[in-house]
Formats: sequence, C-alpha cells, structure tokens
Amino acid sequence: MKPLSNRQLDHLRQLAAHPDFNSTKYRVIKELGRGGMGTVYLATDGELNREVAIKVLSVPELDDSLRERMIREAQIIAQLEHPGIVPVHDVGTLADGRVFYAMKYVRGSRLDEYAAEAESLKDRLRKFQAVCDAVAFAHAHGVIHRDLKPQNIMIGSFGEVLVLDWGVAKILRQHERPVSLEADTLIKNPGDTTNGTVIGTRNYMSPEQARGEINQLDERSDVYSLGAVLYFLLTDKPPATTRPRTVNPKVSKAAEAICLKAMSLEAPARYSSAAELSSDVGKLLDAEPVAAYQESVVEKVGRWAGKNRFLILLVLAYLVMRIFLILTSRS
Amino acid sequence: MNIDPDTDIGGGQHRFPVTNQSAIVLARSDDQNVRQRAFETILASYWKPVYKYVRFKWHVDNEDAKDLTQGFFANAFEKNHFANYDAAKASFQTFLRTCLDGFVANERKAGARIKRGGGIEHFQLDFVSAESEFALHAVSSLTPEDYFHREWVRWMFTLALEALRQSCEDTGKKMHFQLFERYDLADDNRENVSYASLAQEFGLDPSVVNNYLAAARRNFRRIILEKLREITATEEEFRNEARSLLGVELK
Repeated sequence: MKPLSNRQLDHLRQLAAHPDFNSTKYRVIKELGRGGMGTVYLATDGELNREVAIKVLSVPELDDSLRERMIREAQIIAQLEHPGIVPVHDVGTLADGRVFYAMKYVRGSRLDEYAAEAESLKDRLRKFQAVCDAVAFAHAHGVIHRDLKPQNIMIGSFGEVLVLDWGVAKILRQHERPVSLEADTLIKNPGDTTNGTVIGTRNYMSPEQARGEINQLDERSDVYSLGAVLYFLLTDKPPATTRPRTVNPKVSKAAEAICLKAMSLEAPARYSSAAELSSDVGKLLDAEPVAAYQESVVEKVGRWAGKNRFLILLVLAYLVMRIFLILTSRS
Repeated sequence: MNIDPDTDIGGGQHRFPVTNQSAIVLARSDDQNVRQRAFETILASYWKPVYKYVRFKWHVDNEDAKDLTQGFFANAFEKNHFANYDAAKASFQTFLRTCLDGFVANERKAGARIKRGGGIEHFQLDFVSAESEFALHAVSSLTPEDYFHREWVRWMFTLALEALRQSCEDTGKKMHFQLFERYDLADDNRENVSYASLAQEFGLDPSVVNNYLAAARRNFRRIILEKLREITATEEEFRNEARSLLGVELK
C-alpha cells in the first residue's frame, strides 16, 4: 500500500466527514455554511420536491440520551407556528449517529449582511423588535433558543424577519396547552440535559451559558443574547465590554441603556423576558420613556420636543402669525 | 507463546479482519480463539503508528523500534493487557499509548534488546514501509501525542482504502475504485482531473462517473466507520473517535 500524503489524507477525511444522507429522503446540493454547532447544507427533499436547509449537528458529548432528547425537543419546536420562526420540518439521525434537522430554506440576507447595507438605526431597531417578538412567542411556549446571533436571523425577500436554527433550543416548561404528549415527558424529566455542556456561540452567549450551567438557563439567557444582537446593530461591531455609545456616538443614551440592561452579567438584572425587552424597544421607537433609563428633566423635554416636533411647529407658526397680526393691526 | 505464527495483517489473505464487533470488548472473552482474533484486529490497527511513535518519541534506531514494537504486542498478547482497558477512564488510543510508554521505559531501563534477545519476529509486519513513511512524515513541531494520533489516522485511512479496493474487486466494481483512485487520491494534480475528463478516459457517461464515485465514497465512509467501531469499546468512544478521525485538520 502506498503511503498517503498529508494532502490526500486531508481530502479523504473531508470526504468521509461529509454526511451520508443516503438513508434519508434528502439529496445534498451544496454546503451553505459551517459553524461551531455543525454544518448547514442546501438539499432537496426527494418526496416533496422542494429545497430545504439541513443542519448536521456536531455537538460534543452527544450520548444516546442527549440525542434522543434533542430529537424530542426538535419535534416540539417544529410545532411553534409564528411568522418570525423558521420551523424544523424534520429531524433524524444519520448512519454515523449525527443528528440532523431539516428547516425551511429561507432566501434573503442574514442580519449581519442586512446591517452592512447601512440601514438607518430606526430600521434596525424595528427589525430587532420583530426578532424579540418571535423569541417572546417561543418563550411563551416554554422554549429558549440558546444560539441567538445575527447569523441566525434572516431578513426575507419581503423584509420579514425570521429567526433560524432552533436546533439547539431547550424546552423549559410545559405550555398551558401541551403541544404534544412528548412535551409532558420532557417536563417531567427536566434534569436530563447534561450540565457542563457548553452550547452556543461565544460573544453572543450569556455568562451562565458560557459556564455550561445548562440547568440555570432560562428566558433571560436569550435576553442576554438579544442584547448582544442589539449591541451589534447599534455599533456594527461584535459585543464587547466597551459601551455602545463609545463605539458609535450616534447611539442614544436610552438605546444604550436598553442594550446594557439586556446584557447584564447577572440574570436578575436583565429584562425578565424577550417580551419586556421588545416593549422597551417599542417605546424607544415611539420616543416614549423606556424602563431601562431614568431621564433628566432636560432629556424629558428634549424627547417630548422631538416626538411632538410637528405640534410645536404648528404652535410656533400660530404664535408668529398672531404676533404679526397684532403688530400690523397697531400700525 | 500460543499465537498463530503466520499472523499478518489480517492473516495470510492480507485483509483487515472484519468482525463488526468491538475487538476491545472481545479482548476480554474467555474463549482464547476469540481473544486471538480480537488481538489481531488491534495489532493490525495499531502496529504501524506504534512503530513510528517509538521512533519519534524515544529516538531509537529502526532495529530497536522493530524489537520494541514486536515486544510490546507480544507482551500485551501474552499478558492479555488489552483486557484491562477501562473505557470510563480514557480512550483506547490513550490507554495503548500509555501502556507503550511504560513498556518502552521499562525495556530501556533493563537494556531489553540484549536481555530479551533482539530481532525475534513474533508477527510479520512490514517495517520497511513503516520506516520509509516515518522518514517522510516525521514533523518535529508535533508533540509525540499529536504525532501518534496523526499517524494512526493515516494508517486507518490506508487500511480503509485497501478494504475498499478489495471490496470493489470482490463485487466486480473495479472501475469504481479506479475512478476513486484517479479523482479522490490525485495528489498534486487534482485540479487537472474532472468528471468529464474521467468520463472520456474511461469511456463512460459523466453521470455514470458521478454515480460510481458517489457509490465508492459511500462505501469508503461505511468502511472507515466500521473499522472505527471495531477498535472502540463504547458508543461514546466511537463517536468521540469518529469526530477526531474525521473532523480535525491535520497539524
């Protein structure tokens, strides 16, 4: 046998690592992207003759029980019906034991690509609020995403916002109306996720998630990640310890306060839910006082003036007219 | 020593023994024949990286490395060392390397070659090829552990390739392997090989080239995973090793 060169060996390893979908109804067209959690492929669903995005997970320490749990969780997440959530169509296991998820293939731009096209801060905040709403819907159903980042958020062809990749999401608790019988089973066994396993993306994951405290994670962990996404939208830079206004002086104090509150290192100091965060962002967009920031009197007046600019102009115009009339009648 | 003197890589047929069962588990069997077959699988999977590692880490010449490799496996078989492996503590690869380091250290301390009578050939192993590969791929910047792993990966893929070639021959699909060899084993000139050029060369339709290559790659993937399953004790170890074998860039 001729010895294999390093180059041949690298090629063969890549070849062997390529997922074998032969036992499934999917045929891979091309690789779409690669991340720490796995690789996403564009594939054709042979039965329904449509294109899907398939993520093959490469989660460390994927033992049988964790794999089963991930499959069960995916089954529940697939039932989350919201215009801002790209659902999981299918879940399965490849011959080598790797778990894969088939999702709707979304055409559009990722949030980071969208932001690069110099959209206004207000537009960015509107998109961000839509992201919060989609995540809040999942939270209301007891599901946390655990891997929120600009690369997992798509802006569709019609400007719609879609949160992708619920492949590593976690079921926290039972919704008032159980979405499936499996959900009951999960909630009765909340401890079967391996503590110490770090799942997510550095820069965007909460401190508790980075420490691998899986059992401590709740909605506020996603709130941290949303805060990190907001940081990116405000500054065009990945989240860092530098305050947003230092990076981009155009950011208002209230917007910065919302971002910093969401990204508080301690979970209790954050917004308690994505809905609360969304509400504060909505207030910011409507030029109303936000919960995260205590304004001074001058700032209150300034915000009120900014919000009621048209009314102030009308009053001023009226006053000028009156003065003009008074002066002309005297002369 | 009660071992088949004709033991070679997979016996006289020069085939890698395929059991689809973990040789590591079978090494604990009460049946001596089963234990021997398990040992042959482990020997076949590890002798070359062991030889190269001894050369690399312990800086011994090729004759001493041969003796130490022979001696290590003979000793392991005689004392049934591999049955002591505990999957909960480490991977089998780490266990084997630790045993090897202990063995070499002891042998060197005792002036082993003289004491044991150097040059005894317990197993027929192709040390000539091992030595030429060592000369070709010894990279001093690697740690001994990384070097061992890299050479084990190289050996596993070499064995899988040989098994693929054999499987294609046995099933009358020689052309599958020839195409695989021309396209996927092309070294420096892969850019010059296309499906179209292969189709012309082999007198086939490009779609047939595509299908044959896909089948060969699928078969190759299956073989490599089967081999891995044979030399891992648990499902978890299998997955960890699969990730390590398939998912890490070579250093």
